Amino acid sequence: MIRVQQEDFDISAEIAALKAGRADIGAVVAFLGTVRDQGGAIDELTLEHYPGMTERELERIEAEAQARWLLQASLIVHRIGTLRPSDNIVLVLTASEHRQAAFAAAEFLMDYLKTRAPFWKRESGPDGSRWVEANATDDAASARWQISKDAVE
Amino acid sequence: MRLLYFAWVKEKIGIGVEDVDIPASVTTVAELMAWLKTRGPEFEHAFARSEVIRAAIDQSHVRHDAHLAGAREIAFFPPVTGG
Repeated sequence: MIRVQQEDFDISAEIAALKAGRADIGAVVAFLGTVRDQGGAIDELTLEHYPGMTERELERIEAEAQARWLLQASLIVHRIGTLRPSDNIVLVLTASEHRQAAFAAAEFLMDYLKTRAPFWKRESGPDGSRWVEANATDDAASARWQISKDAVE
Repeated sequence: MRLLYFAWVKEKIGIGVEDVDIPASVTTVAELMAWLKTRGPEFEHAFARSEVIRAAIDQSHVRHDAHLAGAREIAFFPPVTGG
């Protein structure tokens, strides 16, 4: 399941909903991304996205994770709009029989989301506002999954 | 053809979406960016570093050598920064 929304989410409620009625899940991994104030430099973070493509891309990323690992369930929730320091931005949940698949899939989902899902962050603070630059380490983190997949094939 | 712009590409051009008749001689994403640059100073500014701009055709990521044939919607945007 994927969701793009302005409103906040409750991580406990999301985990409970993921597990509801299921006795085949042995491991749930949660990744929660939140807004940093970067030592007082950031007052607000505004997330723009490409409606339609964002949902499609998140669904593709989730399907790719389901194809690579045996997952009982997964969830991606990403917020849009204007957020403040310490606010939640993104939640990824993965559920599997054993922890290894859930850990790996959660990391994969975040690495792919960071380089493929069409979201853009604009930061503003006392020194004005600016678009956040893409991070080369995110590209490297995403690329290593391609390498490991090729090595397996 | 519907063209969409996001983040600083949108900011520099001043609009987020437009419907445009593209010349038949323009067949790839790279050619489309080169043609867009001729449409005014704001487009020239937005596409000045066209090598860093990413593109999507009908809501799927594509490379700059992708062909436009059959496309309904083409989007241009900076590298993504979500998560």
